[in-house]
Amino acid sequence: MEWLLFAAQLGTLALLLALVYRPLGDYMATVYTSPRDSRAEKVLYRVVGVDPANQQSWSSYLRAVLAFSAIGVLTVYALQRLQLLLPFALDLPAPSEHLSFNTAISFVTNTNWQSYSPEVTLGYTVQMVGLAVQNFVSAAVGIAVAIALVRGLASRSAGSIGNFWVDLFRGVIRILLPLSIITAVVLVAGGVVQNFAGFTDVTTLTGGTQSIPGGPVASQEAIKELGTNGGGFYNVNAAHPFEGPGAWVTIFQVFLMLVIPFALPRTFGRIVGDNRQGYAVLAAMASIYLLSVTAMTAAELAGGGAATQAAGAAMEGKETRFGIVLSTLFGTTSTITSTGAVNAMHDSFTPLGGGMAMVNMMLGEVAPGGVGAGLYGILVIAIVAVFIAGLMVGRTPEFLGKKIGTREIKLASLYILTTPTLVLAGTALSFGIPTVRGDIEGTSIWNPGVHGFSEVLYAFTSAANNNGSAFAGLTANTPWLNTALGVTMLLGRFLPIVFVLALAGSFAAQGTVPATAGTLPTHKPQFVGLLLGTVVIVSALSYFPTLALGPLAEGLL
Amino acid sequence: MTITRGTSRQYLVALRAMIVLTVITGLAYPLLITGVGQVALPAQANGSLVTVDRRVAGSSLIGQSFTDADGTALPEWFQSRPSAAGDGYDAGASSGSNLGPTNEALLDTVDERRAEIAAREDVAPADVPADAVTASGSGLDPHISPEYALLQVPRVAAERGLDNAEVRGLVESMIHGRDLGYLGEPTVTVLSLNIALAELDADSAN
Amino acid sequence: MSTTTRELDAASPARAQHAGQPTGAFSPRQLLAGLPGAVRKLDPRTMWRNPVMFVVEIGAALTTIIAISELVSGPAESAGEPLPASFSWAIAAWLWITVIFANLAESVAEGRGKAQAQSLRQTRTSTMASVVDGYDPAADPSAERTAVRSVASSELTLGDIVTVSAGELIPGDGDIVWGIASVDESAITGESAPVVRESGGDRSAVTGGTRVLSDRIVMAITSKPGETFVDRMIRLVEGAARQKTPNELALNILLASLSIIFLVVVLTLNPMAGYAGDTVSIPVLVALLVCLIPTTIGALLSAIGIAGMDRLVQRNVLAMSGRAVEAAGDVTTLLLDKTGTITYGNRRATEFVTVGTVPQHELVAAARLASLSDPTPEGKSIVDLAEDQGHREGIDGTAVVVPFTAQTRMSGIDGAAGVQIRKGAASAVLAWVAAAGGISPAAAAQTESVANGIAKDGGTPLVVARRERDGSARVLGVVHLKDIVKEGLAERFADLRAMGIRTVMITGDNPYTAAAIAREAGVDDYLAEATPEDKLELIRTEQQGGNLVAMTGDGTNDAPALAQADVGVAMNTGTSAAKEAGNMVDLDSDPTKLIDIVRIGKQLLITRGSLTTFSIANDVAKYFAIIPAMFAGVFPGLAALNIMGLHSPASAILSAIVFNAVIIVFLIPLALRGVAYRAANASSILSRNLLVYGLGGILVPFAGIKLIDLVVTLIPGF
Repeated sequence: MEWLLFAAQLGTLALLLALVYRPLGDYMATVYTSPRDSRAEKVLYRVVGVDPANQQSWSSYLRAVLAFSAIGVLTVYALQRLQLLLPFALDLPAPSEHLSFNTAISFVTNTNWQSYSPEVTLGYTVQMVGLAVQNFVSAAVGIAVAIALVRGLASRSAGSIGNFWVDLFRGVIRILLPLSIITAVVLVAGGVVQNFAGFTDVTTLTGGTQSIPGGPVASQEAIKELGTNGGGFYNVNAAHPFEGPGAWVTIFQVFLMLVIPFALPRTFGRIVGDNRQGYAVLAAMASIYLLSVTAMTAAELAGGGAATQAAGAAMEGKETRFGIVLSTLFGTTSTITSTGAVNAMHDSFTPLGGGMAMVNMMLGEVAPGGVGAGLYGILVIAIVAVFIAGLMVGRTPEFLGKKIGTREIKLASLYILTTPTLVLAGTALSFGIPTVRGDIEGTSIWNPGVHGFSEVLYAFTSAANNNGSAFAGLTANTPWLNTALGVTMLLGRFLPIVFVLALAGSFAAQGTVPATAGTLPTHKPQFVGLLLGTVVIVSALSYFPTLALGPLAEGLL
Repeated sequence: MTITRGTSRQYLVALRAMIVLTVITGLAYPLLITGVGQVALPAQANGSLVTVDRRVAGSSLIGQSFTDADGTALPEWFQSRPSAAGDGYDAGASSGSNLGPTNEALLDTVDERRAEIAAREDVAPADVPADAVTASGSGLDPHISPEYALLQVPRVAAERGLDNAEVRGLVESMIHGRDLGYLGEPTVTVLSLNIALAELDADSAN
Repeated sequence: MSTTTRELDAASPARAQHAGQPTGAFSPRQLLAGLPGAVRKLDPRTMWRNPVMFVVEIGAALTTIIAISELVSGPAESAGEPLPASFSWAIAAWLWITVIFANLAESVAEGRGKAQAQSLRQTRTSTMASVVDGYDPAADPSAERTAVRSVASSELTLGDIVTVSAGELIPGDGDIVWGIASVDESAITGESAPVVRESGGDRSAVTGGTRVLSDRIVMAITSKPGETFVDRMIRLVEGAARQKTPNELALNILLASLSIIFLVVVLTLNPMAGYAGDTVSIPVLVALLVCLIPTTIGALLSAIGIAGMDRLVQRNVLAMSGRAVEAAGDVTTLLLDKTGTITYGNRRATEFVTVGTVPQHELVAAARLASLSDPTPEGKSIVDLAEDQGHREGIDGTAVVVPFTAQTRMSGIDGAAGVQIRKGAASAVLAWVAAAGGISPAAAAQTESVANGIAKDGGTPLVVARRERDGSARVLGVVHLKDIVKEGLAERFADLRAMGIRTVMITGDNPYTAAAIAREAGVDDYLAEATPEDKLELIRTEQQGGNLVAMTGDGTNDAPALAQADVGVAMNTGTSAAKEAGNMVDLDSDPTKLIDIVRIGKQLLITRGSLTTFSIANDVAKYFAIIPAMFAGVFPGLAALNIMGLHSPASAILSAIVFNAVIIVFLIPLALRGVAYRAANASSILSRNLLVYGLGGILVPFAGIKLIDLVVTLIPGF
């Protein structure tokens, strides 16, 4: 019965996504390839001081990304530190330096890791002007970088990879903003609040008091899902009834997290001039997603763990209205799209179910991954897959007519190296430095034993992959974790972007090799399988021992 | 490190871009949504508040506890799930327990709750449903499963001196099925049920 | 021929596999022979060039030190699990064996080239050269009147003019500037028949170490000492000049990155394990690391490269760089000269077509008579065809042979009885007939139509006519001369097409003829009436479209095109300019070998890719062997992952290490022979290799480790 409902819900989702795949993908392709600027955009470009016709080299594109992100970090940091001076601060004091640092990086890197409990930490102004803005622009940056890579792959000869400022503004104004407006109104209709009322004190039925929160939630919730950001307005994120009021809203939210990442392959196919390439990438993403969501659901329905078995079902940390299936659907989607929102507490998931959440992130956030980041992530893995497979067919490997040479494989390797190194080094340092370990064991870890280890591993996995979800029992608001996770998020976001833009530049500078019968076709099921295998093998090999110490040890106890 | 003119210009552009985008997405956009929400969907936008006797008694989306100040269940009310938000259903501090699946503390708590509920409802411990012994993710779960609601009928009816079948009928009428028939789980909103229960009680008292 | 030369012959690289099949013969004896070299390569200064194996060597050293220290401290335990006393020793030993096996692969590959180099070296023995000082090509081209001095061949420098007489060894690479000589080049090519070399034209190049058999030549030295053709050949077969090719470099980067990831995995393991339970001992960590890093491909990578070059050498092709061999695998357009590559060099008569009422036998007899004294291959082929049809008429002893001239464009004989027979181009012969007394318009039209028909089919028409004593003349018919396309080419071109390679035939023929031959041979395209400039232009156009072009050439005017082409194979019979310009030289001067070269290039890449896949796929099984074993003491539940049912933690880890070492030796023959390659499209090749090396790479170690475990279990303590 549960499986039947699961299949029906998944089918609904697939249908919705299939309906928008072509129109949205094509629309985004038009947005990023159209030579025309609207009158309003022209005005904005003049105000900002950029020439939209200017084509940037990969290095100036990168400098623009970094400059814009640096300004973003400074802005969000300053807004938090100056919270008391801002309107709608709800009398909340400024967060500490290390927490502000962590939060600023977290939102600029599209991670939205929250070391804090929002309703008792941040006022409405910081949430709107600081965090929600980053929700938009960090998502737009992700898409821009992906589009730059696609342009590099599509360029015929000595092509350009575009202009970052144009990509940024078009992403926000033509894609994210219109979609968010529609979405936010739908969310309000579903029960998500949107007001500036602060806390409303009520007397409950039994005569007690309850202080009901308010806030501009729907506007933030919309972009939180659409931009695969995931930072909740409230502490428990979408488990909060004002963020996730009901079942159909949840399906809608899951759809929102997936809609842009799953439509971007279409955009990719359109820009490179071969829609079949888009379908191949989509197929690889969708297969991994399907396997993953099935595995997590199976683990949760099976209900592993002594406490779970005592309760009779894995309902600890889950909402009655969602049950197990909508919780795993949301949890899988959120962890595999780098959103990081939760509508159930992953810390209380069964060992293997919680392990799947980690695995989803460890896959490198590519199935379908975050907006833009998922596409560029899977394209980099495709480059590695093409390299090995290309050798196996006896040709210097090439992807979409671009040769994969020493420089390209170096950049792709660095990309693949970055995240596992950050995850493993961060976790190991947390347990390896004696004073830090004392702090981690004494303050941060909530659950004892192996599960406590998993909390720390989860945190670094989430940070390095810019996911943002947590085994939330972990007290992360400590100087060590705020700093270490902040640095991890920063490197986990921008090192890959450096490598991706360098790749884009190196592809753009290349001519195109025509495809022949001797060329490895990258649009067939065979390649989809190969891509899938590479994604799984690369991450499995990096993380297997660590998983054995955490979720596997706990699950097979 | 020397900052070249090009670099500093880049940062100025970045700053201006951030300001422009902040105005658009950080101010104009949320205000627009607030305006639309307040005009077109005021009930939802303001938290789906529920009034009893023209007094706001809570939100249909936010659960409440039906216990005394010590946290002991008040037997005349349908009970919500256990909550980890503050002292229980503290809407200002949403939270799950975050206890792990192999955590001894959780195991003990679950066993205690099961024994307590079994005693309170006078049923076999095995008959207590899972949602009754587990804390929700938000700590503000407004719902319980129909099984748990039905399990409480004899106790509530007895406590209030109401007809068992009448209370059962009330619960059954308040079971909210799955959205569109297949999304999510069937639920009973505890606050709404208890408000209806109070009305039923008042009616029968008259 | 001297005995010395014959000895050289026997050992020269061309010998054994002249026909082209690389034997790939591999005997265990080669392993034994390579052993000393393999041990010598343990020198860290050599090892660090192979980062993957260098890591293994460091691990081996580290484990050895620990094993020694355990003699004092007693056997350690790992993650709460006691290990047998001999455990560290066993791991250390097998790690050393792993490194030696890797070095062995390289030694064996190099060993195959060493013998060839040895024989080539003998040709380099110094001779004395007669250097002409102040050579004056105008006044004394033969340098007979200029004084010569003796200089050791090793002292010769670029531009020296030397004379070489019959019986002398040619002292260095160069071009003949005067004279003609027959030269024995068997030391280089293995071909024992002498070849003619002469000044000017496309056969002027001579190679140092070959011997002049007759006559005397004056030559200009074109190579610096130590950089002669033979020198390069020696370096090549020895593998000393081997530089990493672009794809090999890229693959090395990927392998190094994987090694770094696994290093991170292993280094970070203990801090984490320390919290979760108990730390893992260093020998176990080293074992895990060595099992994970891609040692199999790391060990075989350079052997694969050396063996790839070796396969070319065995086919008598010298690649000037490994880059060229890889480029050969990438070629998408193959330019093939018609003459000699697609067709036999000469046209042959295939048919006699009569005109009007002339009887067949009269035409055949006349054509034969007109050709009996024609020394050209075409003439001979007419006689052959006529004799096949039973004509054996003798020639009139007093007949006068009329040779072909550019003016008349005809040849034939004038019989003593006043009968004249002519054969030649249609227009010339028709004019001759017309001049003799007229020809009916109908006969002329028929002749022309037959001739044009033959031309359109790609043949060459030769019109045969006869003038009687009385002066009347008539056309007898037309001989059909045809380019004969070599057998089996159409299939080879179809193979190439399946591989994604387009073939373009280059010919000086007119477009009609070219089209007809192209159709018959099955090439994809042709370039007719081609000049060397056209050829260069075609290569440029193809390259601008992103294609990689391969071609062969021998003439000096081919040099620019050879240099422009991505793979330019110069014929050994060609000029020095051509050999300089190309990046490969074919000692057999067989242009069809281009196709083999492409296959060898592809095979090289396929072997690398397949073994990489195999190596990485192996890790899955090794994880399932080691991870449960590693934490068995702390997390007994992980035993669920011990799906192979390995006996004990110690035996599981050792078995994985032993498998890791042994698989290298098992794969050495494959690395040297290369993965089987059949012409097919990329998809089907990939499917096959993924199945064999991907799936096989996952499954084989499960079986292998289990089997080894059964043996290891017999060791006390394991």
